[in-house]
Amino acid sequence: GGREPQGLAEKSPLQTIGEEQTQNPYTELLVLKAHHDIVRFLVQLDDYRFASAGDDGIVVVWNAQTGEKLLELNGHTQKITAIITFPSLESCEEKNQLILTASADRTVIVWDGDTTRQVQRISCFQSTVKCLTVLQRLDVWLSGGNDLCVWNRKLDLLCKTSHLSDTDLSFVTGSHIGELIIWDALDWTMQAYERNFWDPSPQLDTQQEIKLCQKSNDISIHHFTCDEENVFAAVGRGLYVYSLQMKRVIACQKTAHDSNVLHIARLPNRQLISCSEDGSVRIWELREKQQLAAEPVPTGFFNMWGFGRVNKQASQPVKKQQENATSCSLELIGDLIGHSSSVEMFLYFEDHGLVTCSADHLIILWKNGERESGLRSLRLFQKLEENGDLYLAV
Amino acid sequence: MISAPDVVAFTKEEEYEEEPYNEPALPEEYSVPLFPFASQGANPWSKLSGAKFSRDFILISEFSEQVGPQPLLTIPNDTKVFGTFDLNYFSLRIMSVDYQASFVGHPPGSAYPKLNFVEDSKVVLGDSKEGAFAYVHHLTLYDLEARGFVRPFCMAYISADQHKIMQQFQELSAEFSRASECLKTGNRKAFAGELEKKLKDLDYTRTVLHTETEIQKKANDKGFYSSQAIEKANELASVEKSIIEHQDLLKQIRSYPHRKLKGHDLCPGEMEHIQDQASQASTTSNPDESADTDLYTCRPAYTPKLIKAKSTKCFDKKLKTLEELCDTEYFTQTLAQLSHIEHMFRGDLCYLLTSQIDRALLKQQHITNFLFEDFVEVDDRMVEKQESIPSKPSQDRPPSSSLEECPIPKVLISVGSYKSSVESVLIKMEQELEDEEYKEVEVTELSSFDPQENLDYLDMDMKGSISSGESIEVLGTEKSTSVLSKSDSQASLTVPLSPQVVRSKAVSHRTISEDSIEVLSTCPSEALIPDDFKASYPSAINEEESYPDGNEGAIHFQASISPPELGETEEGSIENTPSQIDSSCCIGKESDGQLVLPSTPAHTHSDEDGVVSSPPQRHRQKDQGFRVDFSVENANPSSRDNSCEGFPTYELDPSHLLASRDISKTSLDNYSDTTSYVSSVASTSSDRIPSAYPAGLSSDRHKKRAGQNALKFIRQYPFAHPAIYSLLSGRTLVVLGEDEAIVRKLVTALAIFVPSYGCYAKPVKHWASSPLHIMDFQKWKLIGLQRVASPAGAGTLHALSRYSRYTSILDLDNKTLRCPLYRGTLVPRLADHRTQIKRGSTYYLHVQSMLTQLCSKAFLYTFCHHLHLPTHDKETEELVASRQMSFLKLTLGLVNEDVRVVQYLAELLKLHYMQESPGTSHPMLRFDYVPSFLYKI
Repeated sequence: GGREPQGLAEKSPLQTIGEEQTQNPYTELLVLKAHHDIVRFLVQLDDYRFASAGDDGIVVVWNAQTGEKLLELNGHTQKITAIITFPSLESCEEKNQLILTASADRTVIVWDGDTTRQVQRISCFQSTVKCLTVLQRLDVWLSGGNDLCVWNRKLDLLCKTSHLSDTDLSFVTGSHIGELIIWDALDWTMQAYERNFWDPSPQLDTQQEIKLCQKSNDISIHHFTCDEENVFAAVGRGLYVYSLQMKRVIACQKTAHDSNVLHIARLPNRQLISCSEDGSVRIWELREKQQLAAEPVPTGFFNMWGFGRVNKQASQPVKKQQENATSCSLELIGDLIGHSSSVEMFLYFEDHGLVTCSADHLIILWKNGERESGLRSLRLFQKLEENGDLYLAV
Repeated sequence: MISAPDVVAFTKEEEYEEEPYNEPALPEEYSVPLFPFASQGANPWSKLSGAKFSRDFILISEFSEQVGPQPLLTIPNDTKVFGTFDLNYFSLRIMSVDYQASFVGHPPGSAYPKLNFVEDSKVVLGDSKEGAFAYVHHLTLYDLEARGFVRPFCMAYISADQHKIMQQFQELSAEFSRASECLKTGNRKAFAGELEKKLKDLDYTRTVLHTETEIQKKANDKGFYSSQAIEKANELASVEKSIIEHQDLLKQIRSYPHRKLKGHDLCPGEMEHIQDQASQASTTSNPDESADTDLYTCRPAYTPKLIKAKSTKCFDKKLKTLEELCDTEYFTQTLAQLSHIEHMFRGDLCYLLTSQIDRALLKQQHITNFLFEDFVEVDDRMVEKQESIPSKPSQDRPPSSSLEECPIPKVLISVGSYKSSVESVLIKMEQELEDEEYKEVEVTELSSFDPQENLDYLDMDMKGSISSGESIEVLGTEKSTSVLSKSDSQASLTVPLSPQVVRSKAVSHRTISEDSIEVLSTCPSEALIPDDFKASYPSAINEEESYPDGNEGAIHFQASISPPELGETEEGSIENTPSQIDSSCCIGKESDGQLVLPSTPAHTHSDEDGVVSSPPQRHRQKDQGFRVDFSVENANPSSRDNSCEGFPTYELDPSHLLASRDISKTSLDNYSDTTSYVSSVASTSSDRIPSAYPAGLSSDRHKKRAGQNALKFIRQYPFAHPAIYSLLSGRTLVVLGEDEAIVRKLVTALAIFVPSYGCYAKPVKHWASSPLHIMDFQKWKLIGLQRVASPAGAGTLHALSRYSRYTSILDLDNKTLRCPLYRGTLVPRLADHRTQIKRGSTYYLHVQSMLTQLCSKAFLYTFCHHLHLPTHDKETEELVASRQMSFLKLTLGLVNEDVRVVQYLAELLKLHYMQESPGTSHPMLRFDYVPSFLYKI
């Protein structure tokens, strides 16, 4: 978390959308209740299952299709600080998927994803593990707190960094090319930067060293995600889209939410979903539009990032971009209102819709009503057929 | 019987147009004889014109060994009900039909007295002079001081309507069996307690005598016994013998086969517990010592006392009252059951039949009936039974009348029953007179054992010669007798729709029913008839022959001696018997219509017929029309209506299931209540039934009241339609207001439009005062919400505006409604503010019929295969969607938003059908992103 972005707060009132949301597909919801405290994390296990974890220290495995509670994993005594899945490798003889959870009780528990069995419990940490990352190509996982540890599947400690600093870690990112970047939450500097865990891939063309502006104390990135073209960042209340190709911000919503945006994700259909402390989830569509020369170039957080231009001042507006450059806009196409408190995270299932978790202890399953209706009909006729009650008229 | 055959005839034709109506046209149909009592100024609805009592009641009588037959109590216990009707005389009548079947005492070859567990007998008889017809249920209770330890009792349901008794026979039998079983269980308990006390007394007496004897022995050292000593010794011996006898009796009563009596299983622990109470309740066994025991009654433990070995003489003592004979708890339970029976069968036969048909049809609609019907099944147990029966050949069942075997009220509607003009009905007592002699002997030998065993034995014994002991025999329907199988007679007793009953009067020419009193059915225990009673049978039959012209007032026993296989030929012979035709006129005169019990060839067959031939929706419609015509303004809504608003809300509480079930039963009572009171200046204070069924009663009024308030709402608010549309389409309607009473009232009224999720109560929350949450919208579809002026209320309103997309908000204080637009045609028909309907109950039924119609549309939509699945692989989803839409719009004729209603109901149907265990979870919240509008008055 970070402080309110003061510099961006004053302008552009919150965009709203009325009750008529024709493009919003989520017309059905199911409230799932099992947690007794803030639900902070959701992680997808497979095509139809997901796990939720939160401050009550329990992990619940759900069926995303029916909303059925499948498993409850009890083991942590304090709130869970990180959860991640460790998918089984094809080569590996052990088929079971593992779930790793880190907790404020300074343990990491490795769970069997199909049963409630604890595979192993690691409690040799000096401090709370704040983040977990799996590097699947190496078949290792990392835990980060005050120390950074690298573990293999067999849960042997491979290496351990020295004490990093007094500050807490926020992100650990494994990039495409074999870099490991550890982001510090407070001053946005790279605390550690290691390369070449393995032979770097041949293509290093686009990759530049990413360095952070020093003056960004007043803003914080809460979350970011990327795809092949763009990097999407949730900064304060706003959303920013940075094009890797054009190396500039192509779209932004400075006040996308009433309050800080906590999580964003990109959907396959050029849609972006964001959730926020204000308790709402918003669905955005990235629309291309012809940029008029006169239109003011969006300013925002990405201006402060110097990609290859390190010492640029943050406050200085970016130069007018090249003429006729296509720019995009983020159009609000719908919002989901259900939670009564901050929406911590969400998870998108291609087939089953959206799962959101919130500080109101609830998890809501948002579904496409029409599609669900069709599926129910399908199941109805299947059941009729099973019962032998189906007569097809010729 | 409702005397509006013209109405009936038309409805009937409408409904069965696919079955061409073969009767001669109009003249025949209209040839309804005038109401026989019209000249006396009697209302045609009043069946009671000939009778001396104002309405049906239950009479309990005893054949006292001291004074003979005497009435004990009536239910309702109100002299206005039976009026000038001579209870003593009627008690004599009904008790004389019974014969004490049990044999108690010292059977030959047995050292000790044996108790006999006797089955109840069930008899229908009539007394045309008194205008009374009765279902009589005989039973025996045990009493240690009574002759042979038994006291014969009977419970009689007395009605002026013969057809009511006949057609409701099975239901009456089932209900009375339940009451009887309860009474007998309580009696056994009390009897066992009494025996134990007696044993303690005897034991104590023995000890005393023993001591005395010892003292005398010591005192007397002369070597011979004084006469006094001998007397003591004899006394001691007789006490010893008495102890053994009583122990044996106790063992017998304890070994009573504990069949699974619903609700009142006898467990030993309970028995011990209640025994103490019983010992207090019942008077002491020895009148000589009564003063002593009075001192001890306050003490829980029984103090034994000295008794005389010789029993007191019969006439010296006062016999125990019925209440004393039975354990208190069971006695009150029995009384509750009896008043329940009285309520259940209150009112016109038409109502009873219609409600039964209604229930039966609802059962057939098991896929959709959960949506709007506020009761599910009358009784799960009964449903199970009914389902299990058709698969079982009926021969396998013993023809028993015990509780387990009580006939299930069954309504089967078959095409056959409409097509065949039912002419004559022979109700006969199954007696194989030839066989009776040897059977009698066998049975008495067996009789001390398990009655069930007896029955099995009897069944085995009689197989092939007798169908069932307690059969209302159905003979002589013109078209179906040939296939009538006797063994099916019990199972296939079908009750026709009431119109048929009415109409049959016009076409029936033949009957074999005799005048006056007919013994119409009996139970298997009749095989246990003692010889002296049996002698009366031939005479009864002779009697019939000797009064061929129908001597009014005479008691006729009608027993068919002919083997049942003779179905058709017998009918033929009946047809040709002039005397019987003549005699039929007597009945025809005083009671319109013959009892019509169209038999159906085979049970399963008829069941199927019922399904096919009766589209449920139509029946409901007819039903509706029927009641609209029928409803009469209730003269005395009285204070009872006031209670309904405050009636606790049943909010998805499974414990309220029962209550809602009772609605069905009692509602009918209530309606009929009004009608049966129309002519008679009856007491406004209808008897209060005991606390056993209060929920049902209130629910019924509540229903009526709900209809009234809904009607009021529709008239008062021009925006009633969109509000109702919200409810029907599953969008939660929040009724916001400051006054709890007003909000509750409206919520109760509007709840009739809310579709249920499943088998439990409606998703309605009558009153909420905390801010609403997303869970609430998933759970409740109609919420009464408190408007608070304080800052706390701001949170409530804020939550409401936040979740406004899921709700419609009806603000009662400002008279506004915020909800989506509605432009359909369905709701205007459902809730027409210019409707001519004035009564709440009528409107409620109107709504029910409309909603049932709607349900059938939803059903069609849900279960049409081609609508939901692509016909071939390449068909796109859009194509399927458009097909669905065209079906909804063109085939089902839905307009605009009506589509949404049916779609929502369809989703509920799907969920309900697929749910493995209904009621476990709430369905998902479905909603639309549609703009809302603000309506004002």
